[in-house]
Amino acid sequence: MKNKELLNVKNLITRFHTYRGVVKALEGVNLTVGRKEIVGLVGETGSGKSVTALSILRLIDPPGEIVDGEVIFDGRDLLKLSDEEMRRVRGKEISMIFQEPTLALNPVLTVGFQLQEAIETQNIPKEEAIKLAVDLLGRVGLPDPERIFKSYSHELSGGMAQRAMIAMALAMKPKLLIADEPTSSLDVTIEAQILELIEKPVEDIGVSVLYITHDLGVAAEICDKIAVMYTGDIVEFGDIFSIFEEPLHPYTKGLLNAVPKLGRDLYTIRGEVPDLVNPPSGCRFHPRCLQALDICSREKPQTVEVKKGHFVACHLYN
Amino acid sequence: MKYKTQKFFNEWTKEHKYQIEDIKLILHLWRRSPLSVIGSIIVLALISIALLAPYLAPHDPFEVNVPNQLLPPSSEYIFGTDKVGRDILSRVIYGSRISLMIAIMVVLVSSLIGAVAGLISGYFGGKIDEAIMRITDIFFAFPRLILAMAVAAALGRGITNTMLAIAFVSWPIYARLSRAGTLQIKNEVYIEAAKSIGAGHIRVMFLHILPMIIPFTLVQATLDMGGVILTAAGLGFIGLGAQPPSSEWGAMISLGRQYVATGQWWVATFPGLAILITALGFNLLGDGLRDIFDVRMRR
Amino acid sequence: MDLRTYTARRLALMVFVFFGILVISFVLIYIVPGDPVGAIYPQAPPYMIEKITREWGFDRPLHEQFLSYLWKLLHGDFGKSLLTNRPVMQDLITFFPTTIELATFATILAVAMGIPLGMISALKKDKIPDHIARIFAISGVSMPVYWLGLLMLTVFYYQLRLMPGPGQLDPYIKYPPTVTGFLLIDSLIAGRIDAFLNYIHHLIMPSFILGLFGAAGIARMTRSSMLEVLRKEYVRTARAKGLRERIVIIRHVLRNALIPTVTVIGVTYGMLLEGAVLTETVFGLPGLGQYATRAAIHLDFLAVMGSTLLIAIIYSFANLIVDVVYAYLDPRIRYG
Repeated sequence: MKNKELLNVKNLITRFHTYRGVVKALEGVNLTVGRKEIVGLVGETGSGKSVTALSILRLIDPPGEIVDGEVIFDGRDLLKLSDEEMRRVRGKEISMIFQEPTLALNPVLTVGFQLQEAIETQNIPKEEAIKLAVDLLGRVGLPDPERIFKSYSHELSGGMAQRAMIAMALAMKPKLLIADEPTSSLDVTIEAQILELIEKPVEDIGVSVLYITHDLGVAAEICDKIAVMYTGDIVEFGDIFSIFEEPLHPYTKGLLNAVPKLGRDLYTIRGEVPDLVNPPSGCRFHPRCLQALDICSREKPQTVEVKKGHFVACHLYN
Repeated sequence: MKYKTQKFFNEWTKEHKYQIEDIKLILHLWRRSPLSVIGSIIVLALISIALLAPYLAPHDPFEVNVPNQLLPPSSEYIFGTDKVGRDILSRVIYGSRISLMIAIMVVLVSSLIGAVAGLISGYFGGKIDEAIMRITDIFFAFPRLILAMAVAAALGRGITNTMLAIAFVSWPIYARLSRAGTLQIKNEVYIEAAKSIGAGHIRVMFLHILPMIIPFTLVQATLDMGGVILTAAGLGFIGLGAQPPSSEWGAMISLGRQYVATGQWWVATFPGLAILITALGFNLLGDGLRDIFDVRMRR
Repeated sequence: MDLRTYTARRLALMVFVFFGILVISFVLIYIVPGDPVGAIYPQAPPYMIEKITREWGFDRPLHEQFLSYLWKLLHGDFGKSLLTNRPVMQDLITFFPTTIELATFATILAVAMGIPLGMISALKKDKIPDHIARIFAISGVSMPVYWLGLLMLTVFYYQLRLMPGPGQLDPYIKYPPTVTGFLLIDSLIAGRIDAFLNYIHHLIMPSFILGLFGAAGIARMTRSSMLEVLRKEYVRTARAKGLRERIVIIRHVLRNALIPTVTVIGVTYGMLLEGAVLTETVFGLPGLGQYATRAAIHLDFLAVMGSTLLIAIIYSFANLIVDVVYAYLDPRIRYG
């Protein structure tokens, strides 16, 4: 059972020590990603999606700190690895692409060189690395890969840069690709193409994807499973059909309702995203929840498996 | 009557809520930066010394007393005496007046002229902008002291000419700064709004844009004070600045230079120390102010 | 646009600036002084007054004055120095190499001290090394260099005899024959390693003081630049790719952070030219600074103006080099 999952995040707690106080970004996140699976991590801005991704890769810098938890990847707890061992995991076994591709590339180095150095880190000689880089740039759909190789990031459009980033991330055929809102800053038309680029390798090289987004629609398109995140907790997790057809958590229901539909008034979840320095007591969603019970403001709900593979953290189902 | 003032105060506080929050934040940040605090203390001390000079100086800075020449530091002459028997401590104290006056006048004039020039340049753009920027380019081709030296040589010796020379050389920096700021602010929405209700150019420039430029102009001015004092002392050292028997610090170092070889180190050392501490104070304060405004802007 | 086009454009700008420098010097010589002839030659006898007026064109209309000025400069004639009684141009050529040697040596030291200082400050932000470095940097900029020079001479030479005294060479060392005017080069050409080393020994204190002065600005810029770059997205990407930390810092962080620093180095060179002017006198180095300061004290007007002009030209060249290097390092400037 354990080794079937590629990634198993258990009770991940990450905090940031700022001048305003301790920001409790992640308070016990639980998440699994299976092999050749696309799992969507969905939530509003500030819910902790990016922090989760960065915590998995141990890219949290001070004043942030991963306080507790386990990140079991392919049988090993990443949080227990040495810095050097973790460095070797990055790029080779787990890769990540980011939201603003033109900003994610070094402006004074050519795009090709940055792809090349990622390959060279895995002890591949320079000439081979360059050839592989050019080849990859072509395979992600970039026209005239040799010219792109010599270009700088400010010469590329957002879509082109993101393709290059994907090439970089998949170059060494990692087991897991973490995509942190890769299309949020791109045109909708480009978005579709990028999504395709992310979906294909799952079949072709067997990579799993943790796809982070605030857009349920996009998640619906490519994800096999969805984890719904609210203010540092995973409130619901299940396969895509269960989530969309039988949402359990009030927040999930709210999110689904909030997707604009013609002929209906615009629905919003009342209230505001809470302050992570002083989050609400008990279940963090209770102030905004239309179905809140008394116990919701006192105790944090445990995660239960209501149906096979469908988990929810809510007192309504305890 | 008291009720009315109370009501007025409450109203005023409510209206200016954001400004008050702002000031509170500035004070808070200032307090947390030890360098700013030290800088402020030094600057305040300097101003006090300059103002209270007649009461602080133990001797008359101009009093010549040749038999007492070149005496080492003692309880009577804490900084020693110079070649003609004058008390160096008193001269240093009075010298603070000169340095401070030069610094304030120069920075005031150059920052005003520079800020307005930059404002006009950035606001109107086009040919005016080109012209003013090319002019500042030419000024920037000269290291500051060098040009000041040339101007002072052309104008002649004396404190006023020194001030003119340094001001002449300093304004381009403020022009560049205020132009950059103007360009940023010019495109902000509230300027468009002001213009759309018919505000004229002058009104927009001076009422809306200028206040926004003041913060970093102020930072630059404070940082500049240190530089101006050093430049003025440099000119004094060369002999172009204040003339004897004036107790300008740079000139004092120049006078004391020849006695270093013969062991009377104090004649040149203490004026230099005064310059150092003064410039340090302004630089610390300016640096701290810059950090504070950086944080404020980034919020 | 490629580097060559950029350099060409930049050269054109420099020529324009040269023209502007000439205009300013024209204004200062012809217009500012109440009595231009008196400024050049105080209390001149009547026949001299006439001669100077004719030579410089003081009695002509303004635009003709400017032309006569340009004409004189084109012939390398900048009048005569009152002190040395030689043509100012000749004096300038004799003295400027020493200033360049000092300023360049000082700038090298400033960069060598400033960049590591800035790096340490940035990487250990807000910890003790950072605070020490910042205090050091601020003290550096607040220092009257000539005063520090006097102090160091007092302590290290007059008292302790550890460092050499004022002058380029120790008294017992003969000067090598003058070929370029640059003592460092001439001593090497003549094979006089002893003179070369001795001169460097003499340059150490003044260069170190000036270098300290310059290191402050460089350290500050390096620090803030690095702090900004460290926050950038591409640094995170570099780490996410699994690159070694050392490569991340050198290839990604430094490569970007040092770019603004290059500009500061240009400004520093200018500052150090200024500093050289003031410290040459203290250290007895026969450069433009000593020449100009002595001229200033005695109101040898043309000598001062000539020195000013030359220093401005040197500084403009330095800035040109800096700008071209900057464009080489940052492709965005070239294409932007």
